[in-house]
Amino acid sequence: MRHVLALSATLSFFWLVNSGHYTPLLLFFMVVSVLSVAALCHYMDVLDGESQPLNLTFTLPGYLLWLFREVILANIAVARCVWLGTSSISPCVITVTANQKSDLGIVIYANSITLTPGTVSIDLNENHIVVHALTGEAAADLLGGEMDRRVCRVEG
Amino acid sequence: MDILFDIISWIFLVSGSFFCLTGAIGLLRFPDFFSRIHAASITDTLGAGLILVGLMFQAGWTLTLPKLILILLFSLLAGTTASHAMAKAALKSGLQPLEVQKDNGKAPEESIGTTDEGALSSKP
Repeated sequence: MRHVLALSATLSFFWLVNSGHYTPLLLFFMVVSVLSVAALCHYMDVLDGESQPLNLTFTLPGYLLWLFREVILANIAVARCVWLGTSSISPCVITVTANQKSDLGIVIYANSITLTPGTVSIDLNENHIVVHALTGEAAADLLGGEMDRRVCRVEG
Repeated sequence: MDILFDIISWIFLVSGSFFCLTGAIGLLRFPDFFSRIHAASITDTLGAGLILVGLMFQAGWTLTLPKLILILLFSLLAGTTASHAMAKAALKSGLQPLEVQKDNGKAPEESIGTTDEGALSSKP
């Protein structure tokens, strides 16, 4: 039930933000479409903690702020490599261990790695993520494991 | 007040364009597929992000603002997924990262394993 409510709220918000037309007729259409989508998802049994991760609601924003900072710093580092030329990069492949308990946590970790320029996750098996790093520093940062710890904390 | 918002907006737009250009130059400059992905992700994240923030200042407190935020959010999510899918497809179809190729001609998984051990033990 919690998940159905959360989905309905998200969909309504999405509709209101994207529509801009708030006449009674169109709002009625919104209610009908939101309810039918929520009912469909409910009967398809796709509403669970994975598609509606409500337990991350309060922990995720703080992590995203930290991630944005990291992304900006990494961007500047990679941009420096671009302007300095090919001699400044030393591509390497490393494997990091994801210590998250759920699949969702591992996905968040792998996606964060890819989002940060300088590191791209290229393969994932069980809880080992194969990462291609542009420079030794980017690889060392990742092996330091701060991102891993923070994603673990997001999971709660 | 308007002129102040315009100036802030243009600072974001110009620096966003600079990072897009950097990404494009990196795409041409870097030696192999995997390092080019890193250059492309500059355009994806900071380039597109700064331009969208600049546009948010142009839009002001209108309904366009949440739409721009949603575009930023979705482009970040879709960009990472697409980069990962491309890199994985390249690896699966036998393209090896530059450094691994230099080591020896083993199968991708095995040579990745050996590089990994070396990197891990030499790092600390």
